Amino acid sequence: MPKTLYDKIWDAHLVHEDADGTALLYIDRHLVHEVTSPQAFEGLRMAGRKVRAPDKTIAVPDHNVPTTPDRENGIENEESRIQVDALDRNAREFGVNYYPVNDIRQGIVHIVGPEQGWTLPGMTVVCGDSHTATHGAFGALAHGIGTSEVEHVLATQTLIQKKSKNMKVEITGSLLPGVTAKDITLSVIGATGTAGGTGYVIEYCGQAIEELSMEGRMTVCNMAIEGGARAGLIAPDEKTFAYVKGRPHAPKGAQWDAALAWWKTLKSDPDAHWDKVVTLRAEDIAPVVTWGTSPEDVLPITEVVPDPQSFAGGKVDAARRALDYMGLKPGQKLTDIEIDTVFIGSCTNGRIEDLRAAAEILKGRKIKVKRAMVVPGSGLVRAQAEEEGLAQIFIDAGFEWRLAGCSMCLAMNPDQLSPGERCAATSNRNFEGRQGRGGRTHLMSPAMAAAAAITGRLTDIRDMMATIA
Amino acid sequence: MEKFTTLTGVAAPMPLVNIDTDMIIPKQFLKTIQRSGLGKNLFDEMRYDDQGNEIPDFVLNQPAYRNAQILIAGDNFGCGSSREHAPWALADFGIKAIISTSYADIFYNNCFKNGMLPIILPQEQVDILMEDARKGENARISIDLESQTVTSADGQVFSFELDTFKKHCLLNGLDDIGLTLEKVTKIDTFEEQAGQARPWV
Ligand code: SF4
Repeated sequence: MPKTLYDKIWDAHLVHEDADGTALLYIDRHLVHEVTSPQAFEGLRMAGRKVRAPDKTIAVPDHNVPTTPDRENGIENEESRIQVDALDRNAREFGVNYYPVNDIRQGIVHIVGPEQGWTLPGMTVVCGDSHTATHGAFGALAHGIGTSEVEHVLATQTLIQKKSKNMKVEITGSLLPGVTAKDITLSVIGATGTAGGTGYVIEYCGQAIEELSMEGRMTVCNMAIEGGARAGLIAPDEKTFAYVKGRPHAPKGAQWDAALAWWKTLKSDPDAHWDKVVTLRAEDIAPVVTWGTSPEDVLPITEVVPDPQSFAGGKVDAARRALDYMGLKPGQKLTDIEIDTVFIGSCTNGRIEDLRAAAEILKGRKIKVKRAMVVPGSGLVRAQAEEEGLAQIFIDAGFEWRLAGCSMCLAMNPDQLSPGERCAATSNRNFEGRQGRGGRTHLMSPAMAAAAAITGRLTDIRDMMATIA
Repeated sequence: MEKFTTLTGVAAPMPLVNIDTDMIIPKQFLKTIQRSGLGKNLFDEMRYDDQGNEIPDFVLNQPAYRNAQILIAGDNFGCGSSREHAPWALADFGIKAIISTSYADIFYNNCFKNGMLPIILPQEQVDILMEDARKGENARISIDLESQTVTSADGQVFSFELDTFKKHCLLNGLDDIGLTLEKVTKIDTFEEQAGQARPWV
């Protein structure tokens, strides 16, 4: 029977399946961060259990860590410190792979995994974090789990699962100038809604996806969860193999050859069955921003704030509440919305390519917003950006140049918006209070965020590109 | 884990769609290293003002709903992050069941690990129960897991679908890890074979 890529990875990891379809799936990589793991390690300890496969478990603190240079002196916030210390203790006691706060390889778990070669095609990857979907860019089946499941994976290296349905999202043709992976992924959510992918694993394909770099593919898969899908994935190709090759934990020598031979089979069969298909034309995708408090509240930057009455059903109230929270009026031009703060970073857009795209816009210019910060996704991204001279461009433009972590993506550390403060952010969630109580978030690509930093309002990057040229 | 068999109680109406995990339990409460004690911060930013005073309009602050055990919610409840703190906070508050048309995947799974039952019903039936819930203490809703039914205040019975394995675990209060470890020889065998087929993993 013809199979999808998801079917193939699923079958290759099936330990056991009950008659009712409840399956035990083997997990190849288990990523762990400090927020969703303490209760799981504590559970192991109380039951006298060990981590079954410490060599397949990778721990790194990211959510709570301060991103200011003084963090080497320790974490000031007591609760954050306790949580980061707990990860430190657990990682050492249970003997898992570990990148502590002051290791240059530390960073956001979804950036560190691929960077270190832990994430490889055809793997099953889980983490107590919904954005685990990021790793799907490598053709790995990767998804978020809750803390009870974290404990389950630590103890058994398996997960109890029911198979999802197969959904294909095809982006035909090539992207136009100024349009990025972030615009693809936001536009898909805009088209399907935040529950459009519920019950599915999405495979992204089509020319525009093939033309993306690995960084761009990670951005696309990262937000599969925002569309409700269990996971998003992209078939591995030569770009994938080239990215993986030579990374610290990638296979080498004869093992590389064997791995490569298998990886090349990892694609959906031409006549595979899809339960749902969504097709978007790349030429129809514009640079987009979000106007509301759900990632599905997305519009091309050339549009105006919508009228809540134009929606159906329960969404009318949600849209009214969103506009109220965001302090916006129907009919207002998106490009007239003034911005206080710009945040460039997160597991969606905290990689080197994202920093390059933002720096290109910022070069030789000054910011007009009150505050702007760049938080590289890992210590290694940071080092590379410094080497390429990007850090200096950011600093000269007026940005704060931070250390790696999740930072203002979810504002668990001191990087927070104050009530009413409006932020252009490259992260993935614009929920109420996400970046700080009362904070207002507009999601967009790194280049669009850089443009907003310069003009002080939401800006069509294409106008900016015209003036650069 | 606590068993779930039957439940009759007050239901709180929350018709908003896309209630996300950041609303259910904002991130400043994720710094705990325990599972308990999160109930007081459930829906924190909707429930309390900047000074920490209760906002009287918020449903769970109203006298009729302070002891609610059921939530009737809009579509796509629990979307957003994987934080199990969301079901922990709901459970700690006293919510044992939720009724909606749909849930986010991870949240849905997390509920079952904590002895909670998220029920999926079609829109018309959720609408009827939402009306019941608006009547506060005068309208109790009953849930029977064994027969997979919800009974409205005036005796209408709605059936819901549920995965047999999840139902079995909930009815018997079974711990997943214990169940999986009964299959440990299968895991050993798989690991050995996969180790030969894909030694680079
Ligand atoms: S960067 Fe944001 S979305 Fe990504 S793992 Fe950190 S908090 Fe989650």
